[in-house]
Amino acid sequence: MKQLVILSGKGGTGKTTVAAGLAHLAHQTLDIVLADADVDAANLGLVLAPVVVETHDFTGGRIAEIDPETCIGCGQCAEVCRFDAILQAGDVFVVDDIACEGCAACHYVCPVDAIRMVSQHAGRWFNADTRYGPLYHAHLFAGQENSGKLVTLVKQQGRLRALDDGADLLLVDGPPGIGCPVIAALSGADLALIVTEPTISGAHDMERILGVAAHFKIPTAVMINKADLSAEQSDAIEATCATHDVPVIGRLPYDPNVTVSMVRGQPITTAEGPVSTALREAWLVLRAQLDMGSRG
Amino acid sequence: MKLAVASGKGGTGKTTVAVSLALSLADASPLYLDCDVEEPNAALFLRPTMEERREVSLLIPEIDTDLCTACGRCAEICEYHAIAVIGEEVLVFPELCHGCGSCTRLCPEGAIHEVPNVIGSIERGQAATISFAHGTLNIGEPMAVPVIRDLKRWMLADDTRNRPVILDASPGASCPVVETMRGADVVLLVTEPTPFGLHDLRVAVEVARDELKLPVGVVINRDSIIYGGVDAYCEAENLPILMRIPLEREIAEGIALGKPLIAIHLAYRERFRDLWRSLERMSMAGRDASYTRKAQRS
Repeated sequence: MKQLVILSGKGGTGKTTVAAGLAHLAHQTLDIVLADADVDAANLGLVLAPVVVETHDFTGGRIAEIDPETCIGCGQCAEVCRFDAILQAGDVFVVDDIACEGCAACHYVCPVDAIRMVSQHAGRWFNADTRYGPLYHAHLFAGQENSGKLVTLVKQQGRLRALDDGADLLLVDGPPGIGCPVIAALSGADLALIVTEPTISGAHDMERILGVAAHFKIPTAVMINKADLSAEQSDAIEATCATHDVPVIGRLPYDPNVTVSMVRGQPITTAEGPVSTALREAWLVLRAQLDMGSRG
Repeated sequence: MKLAVASGKGGTGKTTVAVSLALSLADASPLYLDCDVEEPNAALFLRPTMEERREVSLLIPEIDTDLCTACGRCAEICEYHAIAVIGEEVLVFPELCHGCGSCTRLCPEGAIHEVPNVIGSIERGQAATISFAHGTLNIGEPMAVPVIRDLKRWMLADDTRNRPVILDASPGASCPVVETMRGADVVLLVTEPTPFGLHDLRVAVEVARDELKLPVGVVINRDSIIYGGVDAYCEAENLPILMRIPLEREIAEGIALGKPLIAIHLAYRERFRDLWRSLERMSMAGRDASYTRKAQRS
């Protein structure tokens, strides 16, 4: 079983559009399992119309809670807190839930045992069916920490399902950025497909995500979305990729029909058009790169 | 006033809006903080001259093997599983450590001391009258929040009451976005009229309005008539749509090359000034409302 992860560095370059298109194409010859590793803003389901089979609660880290009846107002908790998460409220101290990183330093220092650590119901994850294969996705509640932990959980569940079903491919739609959820999404991948766009931001951010993939020794390929918006920037991106020895496997043209198909809840590859054609060609290259033949 | 510009969904135009706002307020010497430390892009548009740079580090434990008895207390109390004791050996995983200091404080042998572990940097400078600062998370490092926290502590230490402050957030809705919005007076959410834009706008509203209790305004970028869901949602939720930027190839091509929106269409300068004034009114109203709430409680 191979694992393909779609990333971008910069947000909004078209990761999910590409992921949905590749899911549609891959499903025609392979058994696939899908995972949406963007737990802040999971969008793959908006295109694939999943039917949820199971819903599970996600328990994140713990945060501190001060019992106002027991607190003697000594302030030692506030002194040890390095996250500015303990505030004075009259004679006692209270925890700022949003700032608390759950380190428990205050819990250990409190001389009267007024502070306990409380587990947080931080989100939910789902196992769903789609027309192309099972989808694992999640929703991290607003402002919660531990997105990396939830990404790891979603991917792990997808991977176990793929192994159980004897699937050929786990296709992972990743989050933007380069931090903890991205590192969690990259872990164990056979190939990372970086979707970028020909803008100065897209080019800058692509180099950073290529650096992250290289750091964790994950092979990469690049796809340039909306490539004809700036031929100059697209050429610059190809030149950058060449210096990093990263193949550019496709240039998708700018096409307003991409939005129309998103609104209809259909992958762009289900209709004919320039983007659809470019994605089909790119998929053949990706499949070869993943060293996967087709089944029958 | 301190404004956080955020979005939920990536690539909706946060930096486009924030940069043009700062440029249109140039007379008031605004302060611009690019808090998207994973992918900082505002400097590509504002092209500041950097004047000062600092490293951002977390204090991580270092074990004094002569004193350590491998009792395992440090591993037991670490909430992040950043320390493991295997046999007689203590292993530290710096990328998991939040730098809270608990292991050092609680080691019964006094066998742990803290050393700085660099995870990123912060820089500041000037772009004409705009004071600019951004943070950069090092490649391979997972934790963005400490870099944002240091950036804000550094730049907001002085009194900024009489200056416009613009905080440019990362996409998403988890801890880096919350850290950016904390302490802001008002939040501007930039979205696009698509199902993805709507879904992620809802998530961003949950963070800004429902969790942090901040007033929220909306900008619709790449506006077109293909999808009406965002408009309907804003109306139902009573969220003011303060600006619409049309879906125009000329704008997209200009931004691709690093041109600010107000350089592509000069008329936007006045529109962005109006946007700032609307946000100021919302911030004032928000403050009045929170005073009223407090007064009612006491």
